[in-house]
Amino acid sequence: MTLYQRRRLSNQVVLGLSLAATALGLFWLAAILTTLLANGLTALSADLFTQMTPPPGSQGGLANAIFGSLVMTGIATLIGTPVGILAGTYLAEYSRGSRLAEVIRFINDILLSAPSIIIGLFVYEVVVLRMGHFSAWAGALALAIIVVPVVVRTTEDMLRLVPDTLREAAAALGAPKWRTVVQISYRAALQGIVTGIMLAVARISGETAPLLFTALNNQFWSTDLNAPMANLPVVIFQFALSPYADWQTLAWGGALLITTVILVLNIGARLVASWSSVKR
Amino acid sequence: MTAIPTTTSLEARIGRWARGQRRLDTVFRLGTALFAFLVLVLLGGVIVALVEGAWPALRHFGPSFVTTEEWNPVTDEFGALAPIYGTLVTSAIALLIGVPISFGIALFITELCPPWLKRPIGTAIELLAGIPSIIYGIWGLFVFAPFLQETVQPFLIDTLGEVPGLGFLFAGPPLGIGVLTAGLILAIMVLPFVTSVMRDVFETVPPMVKESAYGLGATTWEVMWSIVLPYTRIGVVGGVMLGLGRALGETMAVTFVIGNAHDIHASLLAPGTTISAALANEFTEATTDLYLSSLIALGLILFVITFGVLVLAKLLLLRLQRQQGT
Amino acid sequence: MTVLSPPAARPLTRPLVPAERRTEPAPAIKADIRNVHFFYKKFEALKGISLPLYDRRVTAFIGPSGCGKSTLLRVFNRIYNLYPEQRAEGEVIIDGRNVLEPGYDVNLLRAKVGMVFQKPTPFPMSIYDNIAFGIRLYETLPASELDGRVEQALQRAALWNEVKDKLKQSGLGLSGGQQQRLCIARAIALKPEILLLDEPASALDPISTSKIEELIHELRSDYCIAIVTHNMQQAARTADFTAFMYLGELIEYAETEKIFTKPNKKQTEDYVTGRFG
Repeated sequence: MTLYQRRRLSNQVVLGLSLAATALGLFWLAAILTTLLANGLTALSADLFTQMTPPPGSQGGLANAIFGSLVMTGIATLIGTPVGILAGTYLAEYSRGSRLAEVIRFINDILLSAPSIIIGLFVYEVVVLRMGHFSAWAGALALAIIVVPVVVRTTEDMLRLVPDTLREAAAALGAPKWRTVVQISYRAALQGIVTGIMLAVARISGETAPLLFTALNNQFWSTDLNAPMANLPVVIFQFALSPYADWQTLAWGGALLITTVILVLNIGARLVASWSSVKR
Repeated sequence: MTAIPTTTSLEARIGRWARGQRRLDTVFRLGTALFAFLVLVLLGGVIVALVEGAWPALRHFGPSFVTTEEWNPVTDEFGALAPIYGTLVTSAIALLIGVPISFGIALFITELCPPWLKRPIGTAIELLAGIPSIIYGIWGLFVFAPFLQETVQPFLIDTLGEVPGLGFLFAGPPLGIGVLTAGLILAIMVLPFVTSVMRDVFETVPPMVKESAYGLGATTWEVMWSIVLPYTRIGVVGGVMLGLGRALGETMAVTFVIGNAHDIHASLLAPGTTISAALANEFTEATTDLYLSSLIALGLILFVITFGVLVLAKLLLLRLQRQQGT
Repeated sequence: MTVLSPPAARPLTRPLVPAERRTEPAPAIKADIRNVHFFYKKFEALKGISLPLYDRRVTAFIGPSGCGKSTLLRVFNRIYNLYPEQRAEGEVIIDGRNVLEPGYDVNLLRAKVGMVFQKPTPFPMSIYDNIAFGIRLYETLPASELDGRVEQALQRAALWNEVKDKLKQSGLGLSGGQQQRLCIARAIALKPEILLLDEPASALDPISTSKIEELIHELRSDYCIAIVTHNMQQAARTADFTAFMYLGELIEYAETEKIFTKPNKKQTEDYVTGRFG
């Protein structure tokens, strides 16, 4: 075999492996999604949305868990989004050449990838122990802390895409900085910021670990934010690991529900991003 | 503002307005700075809370906390060695398997893929990152682990298990769940993260550099291996570290499939535990103060390890960026 | 250094107007630039520029790229203040006050001095809101009055007929030339006294360019206009006065006709005849 043939062969082998790796990656996605559909669809029924989580061996649904998840995700988004947008605004609009901003950016990136269970521990220490009991507030706070770095990052990135000429044009009319930011920069970066928020919501709607020590779980319908509150991820965790077939079925139903919501949010976020009006 | 009488009113009006605006400007700037600063406070708060919570256990057990395997809630004896070992081993398996696959996918997307397929495949791989950890867990427990138990594990025991010097890694019965299974699931979970960083850094190679190598008659693989990889080495390592950070802290998926045993076995087929799995499983059941404190100490150790890995990853990626910038 | 540097604020004894405009009254000085230096960090981009800008006249700044002509324009409305690493020294006297002194209110300055940039900069909002944005900064008007002001500005910028049926549509949907006229309308909606145009036609096609030039000619009767251009024909067509700059210095400043036909300096002649630059 000549050198040339050997080179060609090794090239083809590597390219073949690369193709196989891609196929494998896609296979996992397909495998997970089909199992979810196969097991989850049997659990889907009106009961899933109207009945409470049942005791072992009886029929029920996930109504209280769905409600709890919506409430806590909603509160977390309401708290985390403004904080993240304002912090991201500082990094993008006010921190030209500032050391402190560089440190904040760095730390934010660390928080972005930090294990979420650590956030759960933190909120447990700071809120649950002080209050003396688990609560929906604590759960929402833990989720909000996870939202913040995601929104900070996307807000900063998107504001940086807004051309400086636009800011100059506003300043040339005599617009004060805050108005330029609020009325021009935010508007120009709107799609990007919305994308970031959607990704953050997708991220927290599946988070389980930080809720384990904060919101805990609740078998009953509860609207009391000062009490433990049921939520889909923790219910799935408990029911899936239980020995009861009914519970396991409900867990699959919940899993399908969460994954659908998250995938829709993810794909929706990409669509919004592709409409982006930020042009360079 | 006294210059010309006819414009005085305008100037006075704008002057007053502008002073108000300047005040609002200051408020807005300080407001955003405050929230940016909150990010630092958050990290500081996490550190303080963890150290405070872990303190009783650390003081009680001393340095031996990280070197003892014993974990006995009944006798209030706690050592972190087994979870630390499990965390490191599962993450190592995840990288060993996940990184080459990620590299293959990144290579495919950047060099081989027809342009119209780039987006769909890229998006599909990124969706793997969107699937929450708990879904990986339930899928791992009900589908992946039984599959491993019936096919892959017996095969490993019969083949690699017989190899002298290596066999101990694959000893024991095929249980399905265990350290290996957790590592494999983690490998799938880190795929999208490592792939995405690799893609990004591969794109930073100036096309001219690649084209001049192709111009000499180099094959795709030779360009990748001798031009792109050396050029992006730091970034690739950064991406791998980022993946490692993810694997170390991953909780729910591991909790489902690792078996949750505070033991250290040589065999990868045996059940074990990781720091995060121990926390998820036992935290709400911790009955004594020392038990709780020991769990928080585990959390502190996890935080220190992941923090170190992530800082290193970020620094490497920043270095690549600076290199690009100049 | 300059051919023409009349003592500041003193009325000219001999009117400096092009031959065909001799019938016009003598121009008054609107802005007097005295010894302006400009620094990007340590780099000195302007090395002591002095010249007057006349009211109701168009002054063009020409010169090879990097000569500092755009930088000088950015001094007049202190837009460089956005960037902490940039600073200016010297005096720019408008209405008897030095606008470069630290206490001078930049908002007030920018209400008086409008600017249009090289590339069109429509805000990501409707055509109507693009114009109204500036007006709302300074005045709270009833809707009908605001409508009137918007229409007036668009009329003045010769854009009204093209957009009057789609005022609620995004300004980003207009063509490049329309966008630039939108930006001019936005600037004049504030009723400024000075209008700065930084290569306003450089990103546009010939037809749009000629529309902008007509517009400049229109606006000349009401404003003091300063235009930066790399296009000498454009300067010759639009300007009453022309300043030639090179490497941060003002080489020559005179009536446009004089600059292009019998300049005093060799460098100016070389540049306007295309021998360098």
